Amino acid sequence: MSSVPSDLRYAKSHEWLKPAGDGTATVGITDYAQNSLGDITYVQLPKVGATLAAGQVFGVVESVKAASDLYLPVAGTVIDVNSALDAAPETVNSSAYEAGWILKLKLSDPASVETLLDASAYGKLIG
Amino acid sequence: MSDLKRTPLRDFHAAHGARLVDFAGWEMPVQYRSILEEHKAVRRTAGLFDVSHMGEVDVKGPEALRFLNKLVTNNVAKLFPGRVLYSPMCYPSGGVVDDLLVYMRAPDDYFLCINAGNIDKDLAWIHEQAKGFAVTITDRSADYALLAIQGPTAVAIVQALTGAKLDRIGYYHFVEGTVAGVQCIISRTGYTGEDGFELYHPAGDAVALAEAVVQAGAAHGLELTGLGARDSLRLEAGYPLYGHEITADISPLTAGLGWTVKLDKGADFIGRDALLAEKTNGAANKVVFFKTGDRRIVRADTPVLGADGTVVGKVLSGTLSPLLNEAIGSALVTTASAMAPLAVDIRGTLINLQLVKPPFVELKKS
Repeated sequence: MSSVPSDLRYAKSHEWLKPAGDGTATVGITDYAQNSLGDITYVQLPKVGATLAAGQVFGVVESVKAASDLYLPVAGTVIDVNSALDAAPETVNSSAYEAGWILKLKLSDPASVETLLDASAYGKLIG
Repeated sequence: MSDLKRTPLRDFHAAHGARLVDFAGWEMPVQYRSILEEHKAVRRTAGLFDVSHMGEVDVKGPEALRFLNKLVTNNVAKLFPGRVLYSPMCYPSGGVVDDLLVYMRAPDDYFLCINAGNIDKDLAWIHEQAKGFAVTITDRSADYALLAIQGPTAVAIVQALTGAKLDRIGYYHFVEGTVAGVQCIISRTGYTGEDGFELYHPAGDAVALAEAVVQAGAAHGLELTGLGARDSLRLEAGYPLYGHEITADISPLTAGLGWTVKLDKGADFIGRDALLAEKTNGAANKVVFFKTGDRRIVRADTPVLGADGTVVGKVLSGTLSPLLNEAIGSALVTTASAMAPLAVDIRGTLINLQLVKPPFVELKKS
């Protein structure tokens, strides 16, 4: 049902992370998460430069139904945010893994990515 | 969701991709593809809502009018066969038991449409109040299914399926006739602020009627629309929802529904003394409608802050207006504070409430 790309890593709290290979990574929410939330009406983005711990709340995604906290899958420093979501938060619904990305992170420890679920494990979690 | 009640259209909804949720104990479609898109479809073309969970009650007998005029706050004596009336039904305190529609089919023959979540409570209340009146009260909720076709193209869609002359049915009027061969009460009413019809019909005919409407609607931009869009449409139109803008503790006068409280209708009705006192002395609280200029939804029960930061009320309903692209809602605030600046705290950000006299958008029907 939900799309789970094989080149991404996943958190149990339904965020995805895509390592760029240079110590940075892109983070968003999964197709399963956007579908469960329904129409996304607002994304509260973190500040660029913020250093956050693994599991820390980095933002909020709101749908007509509810507001949900977003949890950072691994520790790092925010180096970019997708400010296009301010005007078009519904992009997270239409393109959760591409245009609907939420932030880019400089990883505190690139090896920490290995603690995350792979596509097969995440697929089982939402199965 | 096996304990939930189902309308005759439950499988129809599932087959059309609906997301089914628990609504007041009923398994109902909250959306098919997108609440925001379904909302816009109703404002631009048309939507088909299954509201078969609503309750229907027959009130018949030689004292039906006298009884109903005691039961509800609006003036049932103004009705004639084919006319519909909206009214609150109050407790002696002036608080609201439910809000409902009264249909007059013939002298001594009336029909009520009540909220799904209130059916048991309402029936108990109505039976209790009917003691001593020559009336027969019959719960018909299981017999009827109810489809609402709402939006600018609703008339064309329903007209394609009926010989009834729809242009002769005024707003808040009805006729009895067939639609797609199904016997219906064809009621020019709705809960969206758009033109349209509500079709009461035998529960066993619901699937056939829904399929006929979908087929006729294809050429007119009809979409299947769920209860999510129904709620945002009614809030954008400024219509109250029982349990939010009107409750056992929020009277129709507090809610701004003074036009439905006929203190001088020449009949003593339940709640009249309390409502007369509220009107004479002024209400302590007031329901206001607001927008914010911000996309963050201001959700029910959020505290409302006055100019000095103290809590002066709470939010009753809140959503994102799909047409205005900003948060809209209603709140109960102290009458004294309703003229002063109001704000809410959303996750640490203070957002000002701009008070609005609804509807929030221009409507053809309101």
